[in-house]
Amino acid sequence: MGVTNLLRLFGFTIKRLLAAFCVFQKLTVLAISFSIANSTFAATLSEERADIMYHSYDGGGIEITGPSILVRKNFKERVSVYGNYYVDQISSASIDVITSGASRYAEKRTEVSVGTEYLHDKTKLSLSGTTSEENDYEAETLTFGISQDFFGDMTTLSLGYSYGDDIVRNITDPDFEKYAQHRKYRFGLTQVITPKLIMGLSAETVNDQGFLNNPYRFIRIIKDGKQSRAGELYPNTRNSDAYGFRIKYFLPFRAALGMETRVFTDNWGIESNNSELNYIHPYKDQWTFATHLRTYSQTQASFFSDSFSYLPQQDFMARDKEMSEFDAFGFGLGVKYDVRSEWLSFFDKVTVNFKYDYIHFDYKTFRDMSQSMGEGAAFSPGEEPFYELKANVIRFFISAYY
Amino acid sequence: MHRYIAIIGICGVLAGCGSLKPWVKPYQRGYLADPIMSFEGDPVDSSYIKHVYEAREAARGGDGGSGGGCGCN
Repeated sequence: MGVTNLLRLFGFTIKRLLAAFCVFQKLTVLAISFSIANSTFAATLSEERADIMYHSYDGGGIEITGPSILVRKNFKERVSVYGNYYVDQISSASIDVITSGASRYAEKRTEVSVGTEYLHDKTKLSLSGTTSEENDYEAETLTFGISQDFFGDMTTLSLGYSYGDDIVRNITDPDFEKYAQHRKYRFGLTQVITPKLIMGLSAETVNDQGFLNNPYRFIRIIKDGKQSRAGELYPNTRNSDAYGFRIKYFLPFRAALGMETRVFTDNWGIESNNSELNYIHPYKDQWTFATHLRTYSQTQASFFSDSFSYLPQQDFMARDKEMSEFDAFGFGLGVKYDVRSEWLSFFDKVTVNFKYDYIHFDYKTFRDMSQSMGEGAAFSPGEEPFYELKANVIRFFISAYY
Repeated sequence: MHRYIAIIGICGVLAGCGSLKPWVKPYQRGYLADPIMSFEGDPVDSSYIKHVYEAREAARGGDGGSGGGCGCN
């Protein structure tokens, strides 16, 4: 396989990589000028480690499993490179699939990421590229980042930009091909408050353009007690802002208590907030237990409706449950075991990890349309109970540090 | 509006730093260096769980990034 083919495999054109390299070079110059002032305590590169993970999501008739392999290697404490190979093996008979009249389907999504970090004194530059491929969706994302420690290394300021290019297809229509672009602008500030307390602020603006809806989803029209379907119609631009705050405290005994919260708003009329409380407790020498609680709440998009009366009732129409009003509640449990064995002595550390999350989505304006379908259905169209979804999420992974 | 308030707040914090000196010395950061104090935890896991949320919720951003595509129909 030639180099060009190899690059195509990763989804990048040579031109795009060269352009990315030029930007990285300019950022390197910027980084060096940033860090003229010498320091005794510089920032550090990400940890050298390899992780191999099995993940599983099971909820709402969807099962998604697969591996994720992450390998990171550092060179001379200046440069770090990493690669991540990730697969979603999907088997879906979701509410959207069932109510569209289709039967359970299977597909595979493969995501490959490569990235690098360059450290100069207190400045860290990062550049990464990600490709994601499904039989009907391709996505490429390039991300740049710069972070700077200052104020006696009590403060870290970071800025990031990413650009994503998507191709959307529809397996039922070979001529269907649409495009979407995504631009993300990130700002982050991490601040040491006391020797046991640290906080972080983040802000992110996202701009999407192009074909933004799912080509398989539909709206329903209820007229004279009968329902029919039509394709969704989304705006072709979306702008959103998210602001996050998190804090972590080292308790008087060796344990950490954390809190995170985020508010989100976009020009589709969606407002959301989520909060999380987390706790980590090491036990004896080799065990670490973790738990968290998370809540999420959002309002619906201005063009969402569970049903419409006629076509076209409005310029934009959606019935995606992700665009509806809903609350979600979840909790998670995790355990990490530090394996100490002579035959693993060529690693600095090896850990075995298991994590479980339960998430309950409670939809407020999206009805379970499957309950009004077929002969002898229990409910009339538009009067079905609201949909709810319970999901179990599992991760099992082994991490080796070297 | 939120954006302007955030920018003014951040500028205020940064301006305040000019007259302040770091009060947590490097040798006092043993607790903060403990892996249990990391915000992100294990990267292979934290990027996965963010992706799980992003594929099912309208909100995105403000807590790190992830790639495109969701396999979520």
